[in-house]
Amino acid sequence: MVKITYIENSGKVHTVEGEPGQTVMETAIRNAVPGIVAECGGACSCATCHVYVDEAWKEKTGNPSPMEEDMLDFAFDVRPASRLSCQIRLKPELDGLVVRIPEHQN
Amino acid sequence: MTSPVQTDALIVGAGPVGLFAVFELGLLDIKAHLVDILDRPGGQCAELYPEKPIYDIPALPSVTGQELTDRLMEQIKPFGPVFHFGERVDMLKRVDSGFEAVTDAGTTFLAKVVVIAAGGGSFTPKRPPLAGIEAFEDTSVFYAVRKMDAFRGKHVVIVGGGDSALDWTLNLEPIAKSVTLIHRRPEFRAAPDSVNKMRALEAAGRLKFLIGQVTKLNGEGSELKSLTVRGPVNGGPEQEYGIAAERLIPFFGLTMKLGPIADWGLNLHENLIPVDTERFETSEPGIFAIGDINWYPGKLKLILSGFHEGALMAQAAHRHIYPDKRVVFQYTTSSSNLQKKLGLL
Repeated sequence: MVKITYIENSGKVHTVEGEPGQTVMETAIRNAVPGIVAECGGACSCATCHVYVDEAWKEKTGNPSPMEEDMLDFAFDVRPASRLSCQIRLKPELDGLVVRIPEHQN
Repeated sequence: MTSPVQTDALIVGAGPVGLFAVFELGLLDIKAHLVDILDRPGGQCAELYPEKPIYDIPALPSVTGQELTDRLMEQIKPFGPVFHFGERVDMLKRVDSGFEAVTDAGTTFLAKVVVIAAGGGSFTPKRPPLAGIEAFEDTSVFYAVRKMDAFRGKHVVIVGGGDSALDWTLNLEPIAKSVTLIHRRPEFRAAPDSVNKMRALEAAGRLKFLIGQVTKLNGEGSELKSLTVRGPVNGGPEQEYGIAAERLIPFFGLTMKLGPIADWGLNLHENLIPVDTERFETSEPGIFAIGDINWYPGKLKLILSGFHEGALMAQAAHRHIYPDKRVVFQYTTSSSNLQKKLGLL
């Protein structure tokens, strides 16, 4: 299992476990973590699963693909650590991952 | 006003479930007109995942949203559905002969039954989460350009990096007092030709292009005066600064909203329309709801559930339109009557 910590904009912390192969978005939805809307269900088509990856984890999660980068144009308050959580797949190296949820998704 | 469009059934929404409803209604000789806010059929399949495979359509182990849409369009062709794209049904009311519906484009329908197959609601432009933006909407903030005159002689700011943003930057530049395009990065999703034209106008000093994001709107009442932008200044670190703005056009894609359906007098359950599972009828006799927009105990938002709902709905719609006619249940495989309707005989 891979442990992920989601921090809401209010500061509320949710630490849950996901399985390798699942995405950070799916793991949030399965565990009812608020603030991840995922309107399109994970097709990289809506930018409503926007998260900020914690500085310490940016290297391990990698950079957005060009398609994800395009879709981030539809997110609000985009920062260098912005990712769409449906495009981050869990793997053992991401155990302990920390992501922050923006104030607004849509 | 033009004369109303007469139809047996008016289907609100041309996603997969609305499209298949044409087939099921057609087998029972019920003709349909369809209205959709998008400019093409397919609904979410076309807008959100045209290239993504769907794996749970019976007998199609893998089919993309676009393929599924194309196949449904082929399947319903014999029934001659009439499409009204780029329109949203704003008003629906009961009249003597059935229902009257009016779209935002002014098209009026007189229908015997109405089938709401609106999925997650209508696709509407995303509203940036900027404090107080509602107060400026339709006066200073617009999500589409309907009348160019609203921008004549004004300081216009356009936000976005796709074709809509670039097209309107180029189209409004000649008539606006100033045009500023703001995008969060130097790369664009728009046609390279449009980007080159924009860059040329920028080089000629006829418009401004800023890398950054809008963080605040400033104005009085419904009149926008300026914007606060956060972005790098002269290639240096990010700063917040103000720019003049009397008109703002933000392009942040689409989201689904229930929209005017909420005002049609139907019972709602958490933004969904409750129906019974025999007729898929709403709280208003003659108005049916199928697909993702409806709710009943055990509901699953699956395309295949929407197809099933369409088949049962069509039977009920037939009983509603022709209370005295008996429906003889038939199979397309063996009924020459149905095969004739499908154009096979």
